[in-house]
Amino acid sequence: MAKPTTDKTDKSKNVAAEPEYPLTTMAVVAPLVGWLIPGGGHILLKRYGRGVLLMVSVASMFLIGLGMQGRIYQPNGGDILDILGFVGDVGSGALYFLARIMDWGNVMAANAAADYGKTFLIVAGLLNFIAAADAHHIALGKKP
Amino acid sequence: MTISLSHFSAAVVFALFASIVFGITQRNSTMEQVKYGLYCFALFVGGVFLAGWVMALIRR
Repeated sequence: MAKPTTDKTDKSKNVAAEPEYPLTTMAVVAPLVGWLIPGGGHILLKRYGRGVLLMVSVASMFLIGLGMQGRIYQPNGGDILDILGFVGDVGSGALYFLARIMDWGNVMAANAAADYGKTFLIVAGLLNFIAAADAHHIALGKKP
Repeated sequence: MTISLSHFSAAVVFALFASIVFGITQRNSTMEQVKYGLYCFALFVGGVFLAGWVMALIRR
């Protein structure tokens, strides 16, 4: 009998086995710490240099954004763009909550610098989300 | 405290910090991270100059 040309079982054997990365406690804790304290996840995983650089970068962007009279979004904005702005802002973790507690960024300045400041604040949070995901990958062992 | 940055200096500061985070998070070894960070920074700043020239030409 002729051998079928498309043998699915043979094909699956040829594919290299994907290494498994079991979910550990550190893989959950590190990104959470990294979100709350920018760079904290990397520092927790003993990547001190990377952690400090991430902390300085995210915190500087956040503080420069505040200094440029950028607006801090609140969770109950109502408008969809306000909600997206809040998601970006809250990525900065403790910095966001500190700003809310201290009532920083509660301005409605209508100038170009304030618009850039608002962007700095949102992007600082989004970059911190990427850093937290990176800490997760390091804790899993996917990244050295 | 109020910080007043020009459009260009704000873009360069933005590029610097975003490139640092991209470099660290998107590559594995230290040398690759430095190279990728510099690459991102060059693209950001190059993009600023390109967009600036495009806007200047449109304005004429």
